[in-house]
Amino acid sequence: MSSLVVIDYEAGNLTSVVRSLRALGVEGTITQAPKVVAAAERVIFPGVGAAGKAMATLQRLGLDQALRESFQKGTPILGICLGAQIILEFSEENDTSCLGLLPGRTRALPRLAGLKIPHMGWNRVRFLRPHPVFRGLPPEAEYYFVHSYYPDPAQESMVLGLTDHGRDFPSALGWRNLVATQFHPEKSGRFGLKLLENFLAWDGHYAE
Amino acid sequence: MLSKRIIPCLDVRDGHTTKGIKFKNNVDVGDPVAMARFYYEAGADELVFYDITASSDRRNIMIDVVRRVAAEIFIPFSVGGGIRNLDDMREVLLAGAEKVSVNTAAVLNPAIISQGAEIFGSQCIVLGMDVKKVEASPKIPSGYEMVIHGGRTPMGIDALWWAEEAVRLGAGEICLNSIDADGTQAGYELTLTRMISLAVPIPVIASGGAGLPEHLEQVLTQGKADAALIASMIHYGTYTIQEIKEYLSRRDIPIRLTW
Repeated sequence: MSSLVVIDYEAGNLTSVVRSLRALGVEGTITQAPKVVAAAERVIFPGVGAAGKAMATLQRLGLDQALRESFQKGTPILGICLGAQIILEFSEENDTSCLGLLPGRTRALPRLAGLKIPHMGWNRVRFLRPHPVFRGLPPEAEYYFVHSYYPDPAQESMVLGLTDHGRDFPSALGWRNLVATQFHPEKSGRFGLKLLENFLAWDGHYAE
Repeated sequence: MLSKRIIPCLDVRDGHTTKGIKFKNNVDVGDPVAMARFYYEAGADELVFYDITASSDRRNIMIDVVRRVAAEIFIPFSVGGGIRNLDDMREVLLAGAEKVSVNTAAVLNPAIISQGAEIFGSQCIVLGMDVKKVEASPKIPSGYEMVIHGGRTPMGIDALWWAEEAVRLGAGEICLNSIDADGTQAGYELTLTRMISLAVPIPVIASGGAGLPEHLEQVLTQGKADAALIASMIHYGTYTIQEIKEYLSRRDIPIRLTW
């Protein structure tokens, strides 16, 4: 049987991810065990909270190495929210060295006049490049966001989608067998479930 | 551009919703899970459950509701009413709510905001504010006073000061209810909403007084609110969420129209 793992590094409540998978007829295993992560056939890397504490916990549990291993051997990985940020090399949040699966930095959303931070609520994603995980999502679909930082990969080709909050920021990333969303597909209604369903069917191949 | 959120509020007593008599389509109007599902499919951007159970077993009853709702809907929802301490927060969040709303407990013990934010993250902690208009005074310079116990007990605390204090403590969002407007269906308290929304960097949900789509338009533009709570105007079938959203969209308010 295909093993689907949801990584638990004590960064928020993972039950909503598991529940949305269950609605798609798939049981995900929540785990803190590096061996289980490294051996999994598919990995979801969610999380909310601060980058500093999250990285410290990943390192303490040995999950940083497990994630690098999964990534290197081509396991399909989906990062969500904080999980889309700490896959980069560095985060401005708590000046944190991160996993470095993708080159780039996580930056604070600019504090522009009249804009609320955190960016909380529903917003669109302008998809720039086709990707199997984002197939079949209509352009007018909106997704649920709640964050104060955003991922900024070093290479433009890794940005699959942009969202406007005062100015555009990358909200969907993809490189090789890794995709990541700043928004929460598990809280984004029908279209979020569709995205998760696409991820469950994805073989991890993506030609830029 | 970030859409303005339309948020149905469901009052739950002893595990049953207390409003909503004119539902069609075989929806069990007393069942919070069925109503949540109905509003989820009808285009709600988020849901708020307000627990008004008075019995001693309230916690178990509500946790069961939260768990069943979480299995059925895939948009955020918050739970308020009777959240007194960190254990209450933890139970509700683990049962599947996205956020918890604290009101009386936060006024009586502000540390619950900072402790909750520290443990669960600011994005989980909604400050519920019940506010009453009063004569401006040195003690209440904004002319808006915090009240608790459903508006019966004035606290001698300035609402504007309290909103800013709650931000400092780590609240992630404010649900701002005007006791004067609540239940009137005559429109939100625009002056209050605008004052608080302009003063704080976090999102503000306006609550109390919605009766017509125009009221939402006013509070989301003049009132500067980020979201609007609605109850009776949809519970009794006067409007659908879709009608309200289309009305707002026609007036150039950013709204999620596809779900």
